[in-house]
Amino acid sequence: MNVTLSHVSRRFGGFQALDDVSFTVRSGELVALLGPSGGGKSTILRIIAGLESADAGSVRLGNEVVDSLHPRERRVGFVFQHYALFRHMTVARNVAFGLESQRLGKRETAARVAELLKTVGLQGMENRLPSQLSGGQRQRVALARALAPSPRVLLLDEPFAALDTKVRSELRRWVRQLHDDTGVTSLFVTHDQDEAFALADRVIVVNHGRVEQIGTPLEIMDQPATEFVARFVGEANVLVGTGTSDGVQIGPLVVPRDARVASDQLHVVVRSYDLKFWRDDTGGTATVQRVQLLGDRVKVEADLDGVGPLFAQFPRRSSLLHGIELGCRIAVEITTARSYARQG
Amino acid sequence: MAPLPTTGATSTGAVRGVPPTATARGGASETVASRTRTAPMAFRWSPGRIALTGAVLVYLVVVLLLPLLALVTETIRVGLSTVVEALRAPDAQFAIRQSLVLMLIAVAVNAVVGVATAIVLTRQRFPGRGAIEACIDLSLSVSPVMIGLAFLLIVGRDGWAWPVLEAWGIRVAFAFPGLVVATLFVTLPYTIREVMHILVEVGDDEEQVAATLGASWWRTFWRVTLPNVRRGLTLGLTLTAARALGEFGALLVLGGAISGKTETATTYIFGATEERHEAGAYGMALLLGVVSMLMLVVIEHFKKRRSGT
Amino acid sequence: MTARATAGPARGAVALRVAVCAYVGLLVALPLISIVIEGTSRGLAEFWSVVSASTARDAILLSLWTSAAVAVVNIVAGAGTAWVLHRYPIPGKAALSWMVDLPFAIPTLVTGVMLVLLFGPTRSVGRWFTAHGIEVLFAPPAIVLALAFISVPFVVRSVEPVLAELDRTEEEAAATLGASSMRTFWRVIIPALVPAIASGALQGFARSLAEFGAIVIVSGNIPHRTLTGAVYIFSEVEGGRPHAAAAASLVLLGAAILASALAWITMRRTVTAHGA
Repeated sequence: MNVTLSHVSRRFGGFQALDDVSFTVRSGELVALLGPSGGGKSTILRIIAGLESADAGSVRLGNEVVDSLHPRERRVGFVFQHYALFRHMTVARNVAFGLESQRLGKRETAARVAELLKTVGLQGMENRLPSQLSGGQRQRVALARALAPSPRVLLLDEPFAALDTKVRSELRRWVRQLHDDTGVTSLFVTHDQDEAFALADRVIVVNHGRVEQIGTPLEIMDQPATEFVARFVGEANVLVGTGTSDGVQIGPLVVPRDARVASDQLHVVVRSYDLKFWRDDTGGTATVQRVQLLGDRVKVEADLDGVGPLFAQFPRRSSLLHGIELGCRIAVEITTARSYARQG
Repeated sequence: MAPLPTTGATSTGAVRGVPPTATARGGASETVASRTRTAPMAFRWSPGRIALTGAVLVYLVVVLLLPLLALVTETIRVGLSTVVEALRAPDAQFAIRQSLVLMLIAVAVNAVVGVATAIVLTRQRFPGRGAIEACIDLSLSVSPVMIGLAFLLIVGRDGWAWPVLEAWGIRVAFAFPGLVVATLFVTLPYTIREVMHILVEVGDDEEQVAATLGASWWRTFWRVTLPNVRRGLTLGLTLTAARALGEFGALLVLGGAISGKTETATTYIFGATEERHEAGAYGMALLLGVVSMLMLVVIEHFKKRRSGT
Repeated sequence: MTARATAGPARGAVALRVAVCAYVGLLVALPLISIVIEGTSRGLAEFWSVVSASTARDAILLSLWTSAAVAVVNIVAGAGTAWVLHRYPIPGKAALSWMVDLPFAIPTLVTGVMLVLLFGPTRSVGRWFTAHGIEVLFAPPAIVLALAFISVPFVVRSVEPVLAELDRTEEEAAATLGASSMRTFWRVIIPALVPAIASGALQGFARSLAEFGAIVIVSGNIPHRTLTGAVYIFSEVEGGRPHAAAAASLVLLGAAILASALAWITMRRTVTAHGA
């Protein structure tokens, strides 16, 4: 079941929450909506589910335009950020809720509930109340409940945001597994890049209500389409550069020019792992300001002559780190850089 | 240094996502201009909802407004000039003055007692605190006639405090002091509750800060605590005033409704009704009704401020 | 204010405490104890015979059933009123809210007068009822109407804050799971409201038991028919029979306290059920 948004826009009072959003999630895909908080991702999800409506544009599920359909008619499963479990019902009745309109009969319903609870690893918890469950358990009940009526699409709104790190990574792995087993088209919202890249087949980067880029995690990482994506994803240096006939000048360094970029006033984005530093007492182009041990990585911050701060990360045992200490001169090599027209 | 190699410098053109591939929509006429905007979750006036709203409105109007309307029309029927004349009679005037005085005493006493009690109950811990709170809550469940009975048992002619009071020349039952006592009983909880509510909400952080800054108890109370509870206090005192004006049963039993001596506006109405004195009864009832409704407007205003909605 | 280094203010705090306890004790505890003492002064057997004497018994029972009947009416009317006031976009909500609180402000005696004027046999409304052979004034319906008036606010005010705090995402979840509005209402919303409704109804019940001013005017106070417990107590006091009055008071007061305690307990359950 495809999910297609066409030119969807939404205003809340004076605030443009979504601006001409269009994309297609293909059947069976697990897609992440990634972006900073307040960027409109949750609004997109709610519009797909029918909990909000768009001011312009349309939503299609498969070939069916669903804009005028009530959420209950869309057969879209929704997992809320704070679970929204029915607090007065047991786990079993929560999960069975979506089955009630299907008139399955008591035994069949119970069987399906048991099956779902087994899938989410909560068998035996049928008679517990939500207040008696941990956060991770509640989230799994929410998932089971959403999946019970066999929805055509599954939507998850920051499903792991309210959980601690350890529980989060477990659940992540487990949601991916669940998706692979059920094959339901799924769309989830997150502001956590690691999560998006670890789980999703494709990622849609959303900022200020606009789609910045759509692509596989690799494409997003290695070929960021806009400066925002380049900055947002991974740890990046943003340097001011000037276009010349030879290339792009960044202080004492030069990187090749991209013909597609028209302007000469540029921002050059360099990922922290696309740099090489090594000690150079006879010249060098930068001075080391700080060396930080971050667990299994080392972060070196330097001041690039005439430009400003620059930082790079190396594995702890990297030979490049040999001799690098506070105040020493280093040579800098940029292995990969992306240039974007400087705005304002 | 030689120019450094780079790989894959990408363009800046913002790639605004993949355009929908299935633009060939076949049958469904998809022109944006022709579609009506529907918001499926928006509120709609279904027949059921209209019926419910209608039922609720009818209920409220019939139970609450019709009686009021009846009072107004009947008073007009009796004749406004007749009513005014009846209310100007000395016994009615006395009753009105008596009710006002009792109301003012209740407000004054509860302003002090209410705040003091609220402070003691929220900021102090001591054995018996629960008992005091229980007494205050209990006072709301006691019927007015029971209040009258209870005090009569103490200060009435056969009461155990009678000899002592007589010896000091104090007459409580069937005298003004009795009215005061009954009024204070029924108005006890209102100010206390409102001030307690605010004291709990505000917390004692500011008072603790004042203490660390060396402020005396009195200064802390006057400059920190009191301004904070002003809202609750005003609401509580307005509720107190309304309750004081409205008291009937306890005043009747303990006061005896002796015309010109222990009669209040409410007991006047009772007497007037028994004597079939229509102008007086309806006039006084309308007067009290209007005054209490105006007070309610004030109360509603403060209540809205209190709950923030 | 108890965290004081100097002895002076601490003494002040204690003095305040003593003053407050004395005030409340003398004003409330002492009178209530007097009733208990008077009511039980002649022993249990006498107590029982007094309250089960036919007039007293019928009066108490009348209070109990009319208050209960009104509580049931209030459950439906009060919940419906709170729902409409809170969820529907109707104009004039402030005025409606004011109306709902009217019974708290209007003196009960004035209520009685208003009802007499509305249902008196010579008035238009009253005439319709008499023509159809229905007695309102000086008959049990008058009591029910008076109690209905004074207890309107209880359920409404009890339900309103709970409605305001309802988690809308639960309703949204129900919608995504295919539930109709009715099913969402009965399965998701009502269970959250039941404690508040019950608590409000119980508080209204306790208040109705105590009612005197409105009833004494409209009911005619006919023993065994329209003489309520409170009015019975009044007549015993006026008749110089404090023991009977006190005994009946204890029964009514006991029922009111029980209802209030239940109301309090029920409200606590909403708090603890909020585990999510």
